[in-house]
Amino acid sequence: MKTQTLVLSLSAALALLACSKSEPPAPAAAGAPVAQAPLIVKIGHAAPLTGPQAHIGKDTEYGAQLAVDDVNAANIQVGGRTLQLQLIGEDDQADPKQGTIVAQKFVDDKVNVVIGHMNSGTTLPASVTYANAGIPQVSASATNPEYTKHGYKTAFRVMTNDEAQGKVLGEFAAGKLAAKTIAVIDDKTQYGEGIAIEFKKAASASGAKVVAEEHTDDKAVDFAAILTKIKATKPDLIFFGGMDPQAAPLSMQMKKLGIKSILLMGDGGCTADFIKNAGAAAEGQYCSKPGVPVEKMPGGPAFIAKYKAKYNAPIQLYAPYAYDAVMVVVEAIKRAGNADSAAILAELPKTAYKGVTTDIAFDEKGDIKDAAVTLYIAKGGQWEQVDTIGGKPAAPAAASAEPIPAATPSPAAIPAAK
Amino acid sequence: METFVQQLINGLTLGSIYALVALGYTMVYGILGLINFAHGEVVMIGALVALAAFKLLAATMLPPVLIALIGFGIAAMVCMALGWSIERIAYRPLRNAPRLAPLITAIGVSLVLQQLAMLFWGRSYHAVPALLPSEAHEILGARINEVQIIIMLAAGMAMTGLIFLVQRSKLGRAMRATAENPQVAALMGVDANKIVALTFVIGSALAALAGVLVSANYGIAHYQMGFLLGLKAFTAAVLGGIGNIGGAVLGGVLLGIIEALGAGYIGDLTGGVFGSNYQDVFAFFVLIGVLVFRPSGLMGEKVSERA
Amino acid sequence: MQNKKFAGFALIAIALIALPIMVGMGFGNAWVRMLDFALLYIMLALGLNIVVGFAGLLDLGYIAFYAVGAYIYALLASPHFGLHWPLWAILPIGALVAGVFGILLGAPTLRLRGDYLAIVTLGFGEIIRIFLNNLNAPINITNGPKGIAGIDPLTIAGQPLTKGMDLFGFHFHGLYLYYYLFVILALLIVLVTMRLENSRIGRAWVAIREDEIAAKACGINTRNVKLLAFAMGASFGGVAGGLFSGFQQFVSPESFGLFESIMVLCMVVLGGMGNIPGVILGAVVLTVLPEFFRYWAGPAQQAVFGQIFIDPESMRLLLFGIALILVMRFRPMGLLPSARRKAELEHLAPSLDDEGKA
Repeated sequence: MKTQTLVLSLSAALALLACSKSEPPAPAAAGAPVAQAPLIVKIGHAAPLTGPQAHIGKDTEYGAQLAVDDVNAANIQVGGRTLQLQLIGEDDQADPKQGTIVAQKFVDDKVNVVIGHMNSGTTLPASVTYANAGIPQVSASATNPEYTKHGYKTAFRVMTNDEAQGKVLGEFAAGKLAAKTIAVIDDKTQYGEGIAIEFKKAASASGAKVVAEEHTDDKAVDFAAILTKIKATKPDLIFFGGMDPQAAPLSMQMKKLGIKSILLMGDGGCTADFIKNAGAAAEGQYCSKPGVPVEKMPGGPAFIAKYKAKYNAPIQLYAPYAYDAVMVVVEAIKRAGNADSAAILAELPKTAYKGVTTDIAFDEKGDIKDAAVTLYIAKGGQWEQVDTIGGKPAAPAAASAEPIPAATPSPAAIPAAK
Repeated sequence: METFVQQLINGLTLGSIYALVALGYTMVYGILGLINFAHGEVVMIGALVALAAFKLLAATMLPPVLIALIGFGIAAMVCMALGWSIERIAYRPLRNAPRLAPLITAIGVSLVLQQLAMLFWGRSYHAVPALLPSEAHEILGARINEVQIIIMLAAGMAMTGLIFLVQRSKLGRAMRATAENPQVAALMGVDANKIVALTFVIGSALAALAGVLVSANYGIAHYQMGFLLGLKAFTAAVLGGIGNIGGAVLGGVLLGIIEALGAGYIGDLTGGVFGSNYQDVFAFFVLIGVLVFRPSGLMGEKVSERA
Repeated sequence: MQNKKFAGFALIAIALIALPIMVGMGFGNAWVRMLDFALLYIMLALGLNIVVGFAGLLDLGYIAFYAVGAYIYALLASPHFGLHWPLWAILPIGALVAGVFGILLGAPTLRLRGDYLAIVTLGFGEIIRIFLNNLNAPINITNGPKGIAGIDPLTIAGQPLTKGMDLFGFHFHGLYLYYYLFVILALLIVLVTMRLENSRIGRAWVAIREDEIAAKACGINTRNVKLLAFAMGASFGGVAGGLFSGFQQFVSPESFGLFESIMVLCMVVLGGMGNIPGVILGAVVLTVLPEFFRYWAGPAQQAVFGQIFIDPESMRLLLFGIALILVMRFRPMGLLPSARRKAELEHLAPSLDDEGKA
């Protein structure tokens, strides 16, 4: 009978699969100290490798790969065995759902540590999976403060978070820019709202008065209504928490309506595209970026040279941070004497490492201590560095001509009214 | 007071844009009963093609307004061809299918157009050169830009032109006949296929106009600019009465003003509980409210009775 | 006769039980996770099927009910309010609240023609999403765009499913347990839907779909029947939403946009509107195929061309759009249409017999 054969074949298939269960080959650790097998450490790396941010995601992966190659070439000994790093790169498409799937994969593959993810939107949900599995996670780029607020022992980052950035922006607005009245617009995304709230807190604490608070969304292009409302309150400065595709029309409409206020933005608007699209309206506006321009980093010029030699491409954004993230992990392994996730986890909080980007140490939440933020002004069609707050003291202002695109913690689906 | 006038001007501009796009929606719906989800994408392609033309013509030393007109002409031709093809390939075979099949097809066409535009023009936002006169003028303390005036005039002229076409011309009579009863119209010697194709073509030309004006107004063109705009425009068409040309313009202008005034005053009206971030919600509530009391829209609908 | 039927059911049961094990061991646990998502979408598609397939009410904002269910779970079982209610209490509440929202949506739309309904339901979906995104000021209810994280995992009898289970010497990963839970609930929903289909209500729905005026003339209370369709469809969405919340342990408004609503609608229409097996097939196809595609699109281009020409993500959307057009062109009744639909629409599908092919 047909059904019988079907049942038989199903069970046969099941049996076959059960027998051929594949396991990742475990490194054979021989007893003799002379011919000891290398200590293989699997490092998972997650970032969008396809989609609009693929170039930034790939760049982050290159940075991590560079570190892996450097470490492997250095023949570091841990517990009598040569350290060998393996980078497992996965594509999370900047999609939170895909991020959790990738996280699951890493857990299944029993990686020792994860560098990633790139966007806050993916890092956060994935961190739940890693926390449950006890796998340490070091992000080179996620800036959302929530990431380290959940008390996960496994969450670390080597990048300034938005709280720090918002604080610097707020103090800068009230201080250097001497704004007495401020209007705040945010795009009601995790990033935009987050940085706007921090900005407001810091600006108010520094003596400025927030006279208007408006919200929009991340798909709007028409800001005439809210700008008209703001115009009536005559603010000295308008802060926009959002990304450059909207910052550009926003600044143009400000000009059209005859609003004389200065525009200040976070790293979302700090891109070459903003200046290109806003044209004349961009002149004289300010923005900030977490961290320091690559050339100003302690290990910056050397890193740029190394990166260029290997990949023959300009650094996009996070490569140096990913490099440092891997190095920090390696330092932890060296101190612990072994590469188990638990051991790395125990050592990471004690990090005190002089990295390419800066001196790295973590606070009790997993955030980097003494994070740096750099401020820029748009002059003559380019972003010019104005000041750097925090981190190692940087060289005085010089033209930062690098067209560094902003990181977008945005969902990947296309025609959604989000 | 000047804030209020400014918000009105903002609303009228936005509304005129919605009206231009809504006209295309309403014409197609009136004749086919089809929500042409792809209409917004045709607007987008009109904008991007015009932009490409502008860039090409920038090297010549022609006066900007002329470049704008030529660019629009090229965009209009491309869009008309596009509209015609979409109708021919995707919608005509489904002429007698229940309305869900063409709707899904329309969604498919919208997706395809978006992705093709992205592959062709890239993901980044493109700056649109300011070719149209954009002097600012003062009126009652508020600022109005010449581009905005042009947009409002364009919407008004398009509406007048269309009404004239539909009510007073032979072609218009044929269109109304086909909309009302295609079979009887065919008996009277009207070629339904030709009329439908023509409707799409006219709608697409309007879409190109809308695309050029929108990108001129905001200074930006982007492969995703069409979808949301199309949706809002369809909302406007429904608000005014689907199938009704005057209704489309009324609905568009009304929606624009509601959005502008909503964004401007919701905060004050609700004591800060709800702010400008609820402006879309406000607009939809108004729509639902209107439909509860007038299920056929403000000016009533003019669609073929699909018994 | 009975034996054959029983054997058939037994076969399906064995296949369903064995499926995650085979997939997990053959392809890895990440694919089992994808199976779990597929089951959630099956539940959603079945819910929307009631509204669109049975009652013929075009709903473009269905994902709102998914969102409501997900957020109810998130609010009642997470650190956000500090509440940690059990699953068996939350799911019925979620279903109920979603059902109420369904009625809220249905009530103003009763007099509307089919396509006006489309824009109103779309608006409703957007309204829900905007509220979810903005209700974090002045009082923080939904935590706004940050979403709610750290949601309790689904827990049965005090045991969180994420822990997995050891049975017969085999360690069942948490994902497998989720699968079994979802399968049971999905089967329940299938059963309920099948009973509804063959009941007076089901027939009333069909009557309204085909000709509302005639249905009214036959004495059917169209108002109540329509509201019931919305409510039932919404409640299924609410259940699926609650499960999603506990599964992903994180919700944010961006998961519940217009695109998702459209996807579920496509699952129903492409699969075979009104036909339960068809709708299930549609949900599975539209969940699984894109994943397969994501995996080989990149490497395939590399292998053939040596570099990636078209970004896999945009190629996926492009092909999806083309697939929609083609399926509607050549098989407008869907992949597995109901008998009635097939009879209605077969004259539209170009006949392949003309060319002598099967």
